[in-house]
Amino acid sequence: MSIISAKDLCLWYGETQALKNINMEIPDKSITALIGPSGCGKSTFLKMINRMNDLIPIVKITGTVYYQGEDIYAPGVDVSELRRQVGMIFQKPNPFPMSIYDNIAYGPRTHGITSKVKLDNIVERSLRDAAIWDEVKDRLKKNALGLSGGQQQRLCIARALAIEPQAILMDEPTSALDPISTSKIEDLALSLKEKYTIIIVTHNMQQAVRISDQTAFFLMGELIEYGNTERLFSHPKQKRTEDYITGRFG
Amino acid sequence: MRNRFDEQLELLNTEMIRMGAMCEEAIAIASTALVEGDTKTAAKIIPLDKEIDQKERDIENLCVKLLLQQQPVARDLRQISAALKMITDMERIGDQAEDIAEIVTTLEGRMVPEHSHIREMAKAAMKMVTDSVDAYVKHDIDLAEQVIAYDDVVDEYFEYVKSGLIEMIAKNPTDGEYALDLLMIAKYFERIGDHATNIAEWVLYSITGLHKGETV
Repeated sequence: MSIISAKDLCLWYGETQALKNINMEIPDKSITALIGPSGCGKSTFLKMINRMNDLIPIVKITGTVYYQGEDIYAPGVDVSELRRQVGMIFQKPNPFPMSIYDNIAYGPRTHGITSKVKLDNIVERSLRDAAIWDEVKDRLKKNALGLSGGQQQRLCIARALAIEPQAILMDEPTSALDPISTSKIEDLALSLKEKYTIIIVTHNMQQAVRISDQTAFFLMGELIEYGNTERLFSHPKQKRTEDYITGRFG
Repeated sequence: MRNRFDEQLELLNTEMIRMGAMCEEAIAIASTALVEGDTKTAAKIIPLDKEIDQKERDIENLCVKLLLQQQPVARDLRQISAALKMITDMERIGDQAEDIAEIVTTLEGRMVPEHSHIREMAKAAMKMVTDSVDAYVKHDIDLAEQVIAYDDVVDEYFEYVKSGLIEMIAKNPTDGEYALDLLMIAKYFERIGDHATNIAEWVLYSITGLHKGETV
């Protein structure tokens, strides 16, 4: 069953069209990888899903995105509630300059949770789900900026989990990390898909093969091919997909 | 952009063609030795089979290196994985040609009877091997399919050979051992046909991404 669907989605940055008629169904509780060369529209598409593009004044959008059947671009949609349900992880880990505990408690506090017991539970559960609890449990009050890059990224995932989202968008979450941290994030993504829908933009094709259930290949704003990851990487239907994934252009 | 990788794939292709040619030569030696009852010719197969075994190992190493270094996908992945499977069948073809030659050396120069169909069977099996390697080299789907279909011809020859040998034993029971040797040889040719079929099936997979009988 699909949790997110794009319908005839187009986006312009001023005169430049960055997304061209995207139609795509993203299944619930699975990992979807978005691949394609730089500037192909994959990150723009990702940001459509929690309306991050709204922040850019020159953007014009036609078509729409449905999240759990609701048109998220309809007038009156509560964007902050949408972003609570659809969390986001960026390329560069961006912990707040505060303690590990406060980083995780930040979201729940802004949503009105003040009970220490509740917050303690949320912090522990989120850090456990993000596979970083054992590494930080003895230094929750220390500044999060003292963590390694890989730990910071898992902390950011824990922070996203703290507000109980349904879906998590990841924009090249491991491109700044070493292979060990990358592997931990990949394992984490695989374990998270039992409870969450994950959409990940990646330039690392092997990563898409390793962790995603379906892959979408974007090129110059178009969705060229979308389907089962194993099938797409073993016998793609479109020549342009084949040429890109085998490195014959890019 | 990917010159190095393309060069390595080209090398893989050349090595596959070379191994295919070696298998053809092995069958040709076995057939000639059989038809002419020539034990000297038969002996030539032993060093050739060793070369085939070595070639299998070399190609295997090359494929593993390519998988490791290039992490291939799509048609590159299919080409390499198909090559890995095909060399196993090619190596078995070499072994079976050697097995045939070995039996020929025990026949003490006896020529294969003209009417026995074994000669035709040997030709048919050799044609399958040649065509399966050609299909790989030329990326020829039609030819690969023809090879697969041609296996029935080889199987049919096997049945003819078998009936002929039963008759031979009935007429002359003292030829029992000789007839059994010929039956073994025929069976080896039949198995060679099966290996050529496997090769052709991998050629189809390598080109289309689909195994025999699969649809998109």
